[in-house]
Amino acid sequence: MLLRHTTDKVKERKALTVNPAKTCQPVGAMYAALGIHGCLPHSHGSQGCCSYHRSTLTRHYKEPVMAATSSFTEGSSVFGGQSNLLQGIGNIFSIYDPDIIAVHSTCLSETIGDDLGQIVAKARTDGKVPEGKHVIQAATPSYVGSHVTGYANMLEGIVKYFATNTDKLINQINLLAGWIEPSDMKELKRILSLMGVNSVLLPDTSDVLDTPMTGKYTMYPKGGTTIPEMVSMGDSLYSVGLGEWGTQKAAIALDNQCKVKFSIEDLPIGLKATDRFIQTLSKVGSVSVPESINDERGKLVDAITDMHQYLYGKRVALWGDPDQLIPLTEFLVDMDMKPVYIVSGTPGKSFDKRMKAILGDRVPEAKFKNGAAADMHLMHQWIKEESVDLLIGNTYGKYISRDENIPFVRMGFPIIDRIGHSYFSTMGYMGGLRILEKMLAVIMDYQDANCPEESFELTM
Amino acid sequence: MVKKKDMSKGLPDPSELMDEILAKYPTKIAKKRKKAMVSNDPKEDQEIQANVRTIPGIITQRGCTYAGCKGVVLGPTRDIINLVHGPIGCSFYAWLTRRNQTRPAEGEDNFMTYAFSTDMQDENIVFGGEAKLKDAIREAYEMFQPKSIGIFSTCPVGLIGDDVHAVAREMKAELGINIFGFSCEGYRGVSQSAGHHIANNGVFTHVVGNNDREREGKFQVNLLGEYNIGGDAFELERLFEEAGFTLLSTFSGNSTIKNMEYSHTADLNMVMCHRSINYIAEMMEEKYGIPWVKVNFISAEGTAKSLRKAAEYFDDAELTAKVEKIIKREMAKVEKVKKEVEPKTTGKLAMMFVGGSRAHHYQDLFKEIGVTTVSAGYEFAHRDDYEGRKVLPNIKIDADTRNIEDLSVSKDDKLFRDDLAEKKQKLMDSGYAFSDYEGMMPEMNSNSLVIDDVNHWETEKLIEFYKPDVFCAGIKEKYVVQKSGVPLKQLHSYDYGGPYAGFEGAINFYKEMERMLSTNIWKMVDAPWKSEPEIVGSFAINE
Repeated sequence: MLLRHTTDKVKERKALTVNPAKTCQPVGAMYAALGIHGCLPHSHGSQGCCSYHRSTLTRHYKEPVMAATSSFTEGSSVFGGQSNLLQGIGNIFSIYDPDIIAVHSTCLSETIGDDLGQIVAKARTDGKVPEGKHVIQAATPSYVGSHVTGYANMLEGIVKYFATNTDKLINQINLLAGWIEPSDMKELKRILSLMGVNSVLLPDTSDVLDTPMTGKYTMYPKGGTTIPEMVSMGDSLYSVGLGEWGTQKAAIALDNQCKVKFSIEDLPIGLKATDRFIQTLSKVGSVSVPESINDERGKLVDAITDMHQYLYGKRVALWGDPDQLIPLTEFLVDMDMKPVYIVSGTPGKSFDKRMKAILGDRVPEAKFKNGAAADMHLMHQWIKEESVDLLIGNTYGKYISRDENIPFVRMGFPIIDRIGHSYFSTMGYMGGLRILEKMLAVIMDYQDANCPEESFELTM
Repeated sequence: MVKKKDMSKGLPDPSELMDEILAKYPTKIAKKRKKAMVSNDPKEDQEIQANVRTIPGIITQRGCTYAGCKGVVLGPTRDIINLVHGPIGCSFYAWLTRRNQTRPAEGEDNFMTYAFSTDMQDENIVFGGEAKLKDAIREAYEMFQPKSIGIFSTCPVGLIGDDVHAVAREMKAELGINIFGFSCEGYRGVSQSAGHHIANNGVFTHVVGNNDREREGKFQVNLLGEYNIGGDAFELERLFEEAGFTLLSTFSGNSTIKNMEYSHTADLNMVMCHRSINYIAEMMEEKYGIPWVKVNFISAEGTAKSLRKAAEYFDDAELTAKVEKIIKREMAKVEKVKKEVEPKTTGKLAMMFVGGSRAHHYQDLFKEIGVTTVSAGYEFAHRDDYEGRKVLPNIKIDADTRNIEDLSVSKDDKLFRDDLAEKKQKLMDSGYAFSDYEGMMPEMNSNSLVIDDVNHWETEKLIEFYKPDVFCAGIKEKYVVQKSGVPLKQLHSYDYGGPYAGFEGAINFYKEMERMLSTNIWKMVDAPWKSEPEIVGSFAINE
């Protein structure tokens, strides 16, 4: 057994986290910053943070992930990291020449009280930021929230720095993306274009973390939200934030700073969440829903009706981030599946409320928990108490999958042992089809591998 | 696509490349980086700058002290709960990411598949985290009943004044199991290397020597600095067992605290990764009189040489005969595969920037299949790993090094092995070398470029200049290099392959290089229409 010490004896823990269902803020800030064009993320802390975050993102995307670090030493930890950051900013512009440096803090620099805003301002007055270049910042203390919080903080930092209201409205909406894959960003843009709604997508990691092999390395790939686009966000008609945890802060900042009204929607995962997304686009863009979208929706509904018998009543355990888990749980319930165990290490009060609303009468036996005490070990213990038919979550689920012999679909962050998430989206109706297809594949493979020979089926 | 250089008549003088690299840097940085680059002359004593701070803003591949301590040295041992005291990230990132394989028996403890953390929150930073740490230890003990718990400090811990050592002592007394702490905050040193040293100190103080059990078996050895990436240690265990060596403990791969506790009863320490583990080897010699020798089980020749060296130490006819028998049998298999792969590998060029020993060891493996190393360097090594231990007395102790405690170890009068000390002296008189790491540079070609703590900009320039056939580094460099059209072999994680140690390992590596150096797809990077004249016209366009 791989997790041989896990038992079904669940015990309330107040201090120990075992097998977390989250990681820390800075990696989220790094990911968000990679979604703006010509940007080099910078980690203000010891160099291990930067190394770990780059490694994790690289393993997840199988793509170059560039970022610099302040390389703190004992001295900087005692006397403050100002000189490291000033020196770092100067060096980055002269050696790597990005258009933007996106600085995020770490638990180390936050604990000693480094004020990024003040240091970056000093870098400007000291002439370390060349004309036409930008340094933006976000405070991302690792001991608050999770990787999603860091993502949200960096998005907020980006819009605060760039978005400008010139009183000349532009016929476009801002689409703020929660933490999703490059493939998902691409799919959102495709849906927007089918809908005929002009938009700025922030961030946009497509064509950054899914780049083609050309035989030539490009440090700043062609993708990413551009500076003029980010500036123009202050003159947009409206902002739609996809995912409360990832985007609410940025949407509020845009409203406060540029008076761009907003609404927060779920990530368009599954049928109903996509329906709401399409309705929102239709309303804010004053456009009717085109036939092509109706067709896509119809295809998803068609596949669900066709495959209902294989999914009906299947008990599912899920772990990951609230922005994904909420619409995904709703999708599973809509297909008459039973998401019975759900954990997320990311805190946030509305998780409970939303889950109750989705699961309440439909799956009354469901257990769900988020925040510091909700980890994969707890979920595994629940599974030991009463097993499930399917696991959905990041790569770390493979240990439970093997020990308990449970089919497993990889979704979330990080996925470091399979590819596909960079290229095939789980957003929108077509993304719903992808989720359906992936679940069916593992459930049917399991049946084919485990059923008695006489009930081995050729067709479905 | 990358076009190759002819290096059949020796390597080109890299001065021009060095100048080009340095020209990009601001003056102060150029001055510093210049000292970290050497155009190698194996006949001369050349000095290289190593183990110094990375310049802020430079895209380095280095990690932190915590990574070296928890991730590298303590991580691969299965019967200990490694509890990370800090915010969640540090524990998360070190969770199963290093591929240290382990083979616990049925019913034996294995905590390596778990991540344990105190997941510090802001109130713990403000009011202190010791109470939470104690509770976490109690909870870990209650749930898992481990025999040992290690506590690893992350960056904020030292700053807010949590005393993990005091907590460890208190909890050890309360729970009656072995509990010890490490002050391995990420910022403590200039790289992972500081963490290795801290881990060595901790393991030596709290584990080694806890069990003076009766000796069993002949030719007792420890293997130091072998981390069982991709099963390397399994291959070496196979060879040792057949030859008749009794392997007491590996530091640390497929390892247990239980075995480490009696490792001081060994007759010989064999050191693989000199950088990460020489401290324990030295301390065990000072305290218990166990001599150490440098070995290298990466490459078939190296494996044969290392086995012979160990056999020679014990000077036993039966052991020697068995070792020779194994070498003869295994080398025949190795030679066969070598011949098969040589047409694909001979004359190719490699470069490697990794670790504190691998960038050296793997050169031997490449040499066996006719691949020339044109440039190499370590990520976190010290000058002695480049220039050999002879420079140890000349290494300037800077503030960063002083920061890491050098344990003062004294002779254990009861357990000190005078017989081994005597044996050592006798063997030395006959020319046998102990404590003998000569470093990477004396073994490298003339004009090869040695670079310490290579960074992203330098990597790009190196590829442009040498156009290597294969580049060896880690996950962060992997896709950067491959986007340039050069295949990259990860030498930290082995790209999920291996083992590459020992004879079987050499065979695996030869075959892997045959694959990598003859991969078809690189020839298809350019679309066929790129080499055809552009078609002008609008025939198919429906206007």
